[in-house]
Amino acid sequence: MRELLVEHPFFADLDSETLDLLAGCARNERIGAGARILHEGDPANSFYAIREGKIALGSYVPGRGFTTVSTIGAGEVLGWSWLFPPYKWHFDAEAREDVSALSLDGACLRAKCDADPKLGYHLSQRFAKVMEARLGITLALLVDIYHS
Amino acid sequence: MIPRVHRVRERIQEQGDSVTLVIEPTDGEWKPFESGQFNMLWAFGVGEVPISISGDPSEPGRVYHTIHDVGAATHALCSLTPGEELGVRGPFGRPWDVNAAKGRDVVLLAGGIGLAPLRPVVYEMLARRAEFGHIALLVGARTPGDLLFPDELKAWRERGDIQVETTVDRYELGWSGHVGVVTTLMPLVAGDMAQTMGFVCGPEIMMRFGARSLMDRGVSEDDIQVSLERNMQCAVEQCGHCQFGEFFVCSDGPVFRWGRVAPMVGVREL
Amino acid sequence: MTPTADPTQKRPLGGVLSVEGLDALLRQLQDRGYLVIGPIVQDGAVTYEPIASHQDLPRGTGDEQRPGMYRLRRRDDDAFFGYASAPASWKRYLFPARSPLFRAERSEGSIQVDDTPPVQPRYAFVGVRSCELAAIAIQNRVFLDSNHPDSTYAARSKDLFVVAVSCSDPAGTCFCQSMGTGPEAQAMFDLRLTELVGGSEHRFVVTPGSPAGEQVLAAVPHRPATPADVTAATEVTQRAKERMGRSMDVTDVHDLLLRNREHPRWKDVGSRCLACGNCTFACPTCFCSDSEDANELGTGAAVRTRAWASCFGLDYSSMHGGTIRTTIPGRYRQWMTHKLATWFDQFGTSGCAGCGRCITMCPVGIDITEEVKMIQESDRVKTTGEMQ
Repeated sequence: MRELLVEHPFFADLDSETLDLLAGCARNERIGAGARILHEGDPANSFYAIREGKIALGSYVPGRGFTTVSTIGAGEVLGWSWLFPPYKWHFDAEAREDVSALSLDGACLRAKCDADPKLGYHLSQRFAKVMEARLGITLALLVDIYHS
Repeated sequence: MIPRVHRVRERIQEQGDSVTLVIEPTDGEWKPFESGQFNMLWAFGVGEVPISISGDPSEPGRVYHTIHDVGAATHALCSLTPGEELGVRGPFGRPWDVNAAKGRDVVLLAGGIGLAPLRPVVYEMLARRAEFGHIALLVGARTPGDLLFPDELKAWRERGDIQVETTVDRYELGWSGHVGVVTTLMPLVAGDMAQTMGFVCGPEIMMRFGARSLMDRGVSEDDIQVSLERNMQCAVEQCGHCQFGEFFVCSDGPVFRWGRVAPMVGVREL
Repeated sequence: MTPTADPTQKRPLGGVLSVEGLDALLRQLQDRGYLVIGPIVQDGAVTYEPIASHQDLPRGTGDEQRPGMYRLRRRDDDAFFGYASAPASWKRYLFPARSPLFRAERSEGSIQVDDTPPVQPRYAFVGVRSCELAAIAIQNRVFLDSNHPDSTYAARSKDLFVVAVSCSDPAGTCFCQSMGTGPEAQAMFDLRLTELVGGSEHRFVVTPGSPAGEQVLAAVPHRPATPADVTAATEVTQRAKERMGRSMDVTDVHDLLLRNREHPRWKDVGSRCLACGNCTFACPTCFCSDSEDANELGTGAAVRTRAWASCFGLDYSSMHGGTIRTTIPGRYRQWMTHKLATWFDQFGTSGCAGCGRCITMCPVGIDITEEVKMIQESDRVKTTGEMQ
């Protein structure tokens, strides 16, 4: 499990002690194309470090069906609602291709973070970076960068 | 300063309110061009506009322009039909520095109509495939219906020697590609980018985001080429309109190294 | 006109023309087929127009120029060239405000472009000031020392004959001396006159600056210049230097403006500027133009015209996606930074000849020398902490 973690950019450059802690909460998953991974309103109990495959993030809109807001893939992570109360998903996520991902147990991680502020700091830093990138992408979307 | 008369050989309706005109000089004297150069196209009685050449630089005799129908002159040009004539001045401008990418990995980042000026680079690199490392073509458009050259993108993807990724801002039913702005495709390009040469083309704001995303991956700002756009009327650095700081975009550009223009792009109204 | 006269080369000492000799010179130029353009008074201003004899010249006329103000005044002598400069420069002859580029017709879908160049006159300019010659040299660089030399400009300037006149009475808005462009022409003239008025004899010390000038002078009655004539001419220039109304410190101005692209002064000057474009049209070096396409009524022919454009116009920087310089501060910065800084990068010279027309012709009296000074002073405070 540790080797798989090390391969993923999200966990790059973490010390071996931290990796050991994370590995204890991680497992390898395969998700078939079309499967729903997250469901709006459900408890947010994990996050996914994607190793392969494409996932669509979006919402179900009556009359329009599932509306994709963004797609994410290998090297990226899915889900941060497990970090913050009330620990519920705000969006739907569906596999667009066969997905291979490491899923990390949120409850397990939260407990370890509370016990080990250093781990908490590392994870919060990394999720903050993911959020910063997503926010940048959203900004670019709002600016409508292809409009000329 | 005098246009040379060309005749429309073929008109291809593209997606996203765009038309590709394939034209030939009526006097038979075809002028060679380099990828990234542009012509001033003149619709008789309407006006003249700068349009990038979107064809293959190694195909003599014809000139391809992909024109986005956005104003009076471009509309008149898009309305031309085979056999009709138009005026052409050019080619003008500093081309993409394709040779600077020899022996290196390449990321071509195109937004919207920005794929048209990059298409000659794709033709050129594929024709000289062995000279380059990994080539990734990342294309973004607002909606699936705005994506240029979808058939060609598919054909390139099927070749297997060029990574082609497409994304749209706004999902539409039936779209199975990526959703998100073009920079969200960057993680799909594997490996270290310190030796990568980037070519970025699209609206200026898109190029700003694009260049930044390449730099986030370790590409040097001097290894990123962008193609700027300004008001151009004479195309021979005499009318003054296209000035951008000390540059005349018509002749010093349109292709610039990002490192050279980045500080100026940040100055409003320059 | 000799584009680059070598000032070290020995020229004949020259001669002295009487007022009748001046007339003979004008006739000689006409006889040689030149269209002679010189200063006249028209509509309350000195303006450069075709002239026949000394009778047309603005004898006894001086001018008063301040920011936003120009008026003629009666001189207390009979000087022919006693004004400082005409509000409209020679630019309109070499680079006309409107010039046809081509005409095209379409019949049965086929386009025929008629690019026959129009026949251009051979001009002799009489009364060209040193700053104006500097301005012509600047425009020569723009239009001729180019990868795409402009054929209209080339045709109009290639046979130009220049009779320069040394300045005797600069205006309040003049600053050629600080720009190194005057007040006495050092090169680029065929003949240079220095007018000596008062004393016993109204006369012109004439110095040839080219073989063509020597030939013309040889055909005009004149007497050799005496050392006293030459001394008197030198004094005219010396007095002119002492009466220069303004100055601009151009040391470091290129880097100064480029490092102050974000400066509160742009907003300040932009709040006063009306964006009327007067400065750009009055400026003898401003070269921007529009390509205008029009259709002839009746024939349906398409005509393209090149027309002066101003970077103060909103359309100047417009693209289909919108306008780059939407605010007046942005446009003023473009004009001044181009003129004094980026012009060097583009053409290896300043774009300013120090003639002061932009100051005189500005309806709200914006003074380019003052604007430079303000940025200079705040920059000094910023970079050295030194207070003035």
